[in-house]
Amino acid sequence: MAERAQPIRATAGIGAALLVAALILGTLAAVALRAETGSGLATSDWSALRFTLTQASLSALLSVGLAIPVARALARRRFAGRRLLIALLGAPFILPVIVAILGLLAVFGRAGWLSVLLGLFGLEPVQIYGLHGVVLAHVFFNLPLATRLILQGWQEIPAERFRLAAQLDAGPLAMWRLLEVPMLRRVAPGALAVVFAICLSSFAVALTLGGGPRATTIELAIYQAFRFDFDLGRAALLSGLQLVLTGAAALVALRVSTGEGFGAGLDRAVQRWDGKSTLARGLDAGWILLAAAFLLLPLAAIVLAGLPGLATLKGSVWQAAGNSVLVAALSTALLLVLALPMAAAAAAGRGRLAELSGILGLAASPLVIGTGLFIVIYPFASPFALALPVTALVNAVMALPFAMRILAPRAQEVLGRYGRLSLSLDMRGWHFVRHVYLPRMRAQTGFAAGLAAALSMGDLGVVALFADPEFATLPLQIYRLMGAYRMEAAAAAALLLLALSMGAFWILDRGGRWHAET
Amino acid sequence: MLKLENCRILNGGYAVEANLEIRTGSCTAVIGPSGAGKSTLVEAIAGFLPLTRGEIRWQGADMAGQPPGKRPVAMLFQDGNLFPHLSAAQNVGLGLRASLRLSDADWQKVEAALTRVGLSGMGARKPAALSGGQQSRVALARVLVQGRDILLLDEPFAALGPALKAEMLDLVAELARESGATVLMVSHEPADARRIADQVVLVAEGRAHPPQPTTELLDNPPPALKAYLG
Repeated sequence: MAERAQPIRATAGIGAALLVAALILGTLAAVALRAETGSGLATSDWSALRFTLTQASLSALLSVGLAIPVARALARRRFAGRRLLIALLGAPFILPVIVAILGLLAVFGRAGWLSVLLGLFGLEPVQIYGLHGVVLAHVFFNLPLATRLILQGWQEIPAERFRLAAQLDAGPLAMWRLLEVPMLRRVAPGALAVVFAICLSSFAVALTLGGGPRATTIELAIYQAFRFDFDLGRAALLSGLQLVLTGAAALVALRVSTGEGFGAGLDRAVQRWDGKSTLARGLDAGWILLAAAFLLLPLAAIVLAGLPGLATLKGSVWQAAGNSVLVAALSTALLLVLALPMAAAAAAGRGRLAELSGILGLAASPLVIGTGLFIVIYPFASPFALALPVTALVNAVMALPFAMRILAPRAQEVLGRYGRLSLSLDMRGWHFVRHVYLPRMRAQTGFAAGLAAALSMGDLGVVALFADPEFATLPLQIYRLMGAYRMEAAAAAALLLLALSMGAFWILDRGGRWHAET
Repeated sequence: MLKLENCRILNGGYAVEANLEIRTGSCTAVIGPSGAGKSTLVEAIAGFLPLTRGEIRWQGADMAGQPPGKRPVAMLFQDGNLFPHLSAAQNVGLGLRASLRLSDADWQKVEAALTRVGLSGMGARKPAALSGGQQSRVALARVLVQGRDILLLDEPFAALGPALKAEMLDLVAELARESGATVLMVSHEPADARRIADQVVLVAEGRAHPPQPTTELLDNPPPALKAYLG
């Protein structure tokens, strides 16, 4: 069948996609050329691989295992604050990792609330560093995501099925077998794969809570090979390993995942006739309270710990905050320049493009791109001088898959609804972009920009690779304060970062929807 | 004269064939069962669907190869005829210049067109602040300023109530009479055809039949039409 004419050309979008592909594959090639053949992997590299796989598997199993009862409780209970709690489950996505870590330390750390509580009963304080700390942080970030994915599965069970089950007087066990197990069998593998893929490229968590020969991820090993030994060959070899790993995981995750977890309609509670017993109610309430406490206590801890020090923040922190705002602004602008044409191209019949960028973006590791860029830039200029633009660029590429998932469906809708009218008015190219495409994409653009800005603001990844002691973004500055055991200053700076990230998201998302006609 | 010579239009899985002539200045209803290809026929004339065979000529000139916006055709769709983020006046102004860079004289034309369709002084309103009938009038005002020779209607008033729809059809007939435009209107209601169309093109079983006078055809329907009318 001949393709329908469209008022917008795919050229710009294809160009943007090629640019992204060139960046990801080009840096990979640069890394591969540097990798010394025959040197092979050292013992420590194998243990990094083992640790990466172990922690990702444990994190995925725990996140999804715990998400099932929480999602079930949320799916069948209605209570005041349910909507808010479900909205809150989306928050960890844009929560800076370093902020969450500080919060988790305040609750679960050696001198944290839990240890104090245990001390009252004469018990030993808990130990957070190492494998269980890394897994704890990953569960903190991914339990909400897994809950949303699985909740979506519950919501997709048609209401009629529940009515039918109630008609048949199905008890909890029958209900579980008839309705819930088949749904979970469909949804849970996707959730597992997504969480596993995310945890594979964990850097900031491993940097702060892991470390040492027994708790180093591959991403962290790349950083160490680079930063401490300046062994580009080994960094390159590890980068190749990481890319194979994340690429395979991303492919599997895309294959088996069904939803993206930030879809609408999750706040609808289905009318059900089961689970009326006191025990079921009590269990559901317990799961919801536990999950809420697990999410909210670390955040509360940051606010409480950070407030006193906020007034006495040093100039260096404010300077780092200024750098972070700059990086976030540049990164958001870059993301939109790439993603808006790509979404249009995908809608104009180049759907494959969006898929490709999704796989590439999910498989790309910021540390690998960073290493590659370092190798490419090194002969010509000091990479350290380019820390700010490089960080912004890498952040934009990392946000691209998420932005495409938000923008592409809407672009499709806009072209489907207004494409023919615009063509019949001879409104094409730039006029179409200005008068139709951009105005109609505004709400989604705002949402995507908000995500990108928040992600970039809180990112502690490639910047750690590139920054010299004179330069820092706010997350890096917080990490340095932690390293110097200045926990109060770190907590105050974390509170500032939290406010900046959430504020940037809120402003951009609101701005997009402000006076937007639907 | 609008001439469809030996045309074959492919739309996804099915094809529609047409070999017919439409008189300049006439008002023709395109009628037939749903899925028979009524919209396919007008979309081909508008240039949204390519021909796999044959030619479409307007006043002797082949339209093939001309993009939709360059054809002497204005079209109203089933829905989405207005951009919700643009004011009524801007929506009309697009008919003059897609860049919306309009001179004062252009804006006066826009205001005159709005006045002609009964929306004097409402140019600043966004579509959401207008009723369904008023929205249709804005779209018609745009057709007016476009000043194209052929007007294609793909059931743009289907969502309106019967009285309002009749009012819109009468307005279309009036405007077409004033400008001398040739109108082709897709409809599944014989009553619409009787109201303003002087002839009917029946589309059934993958064929668009040559036009026949409305009353004659509807009073003595051939078997294909009879099956549809019931």
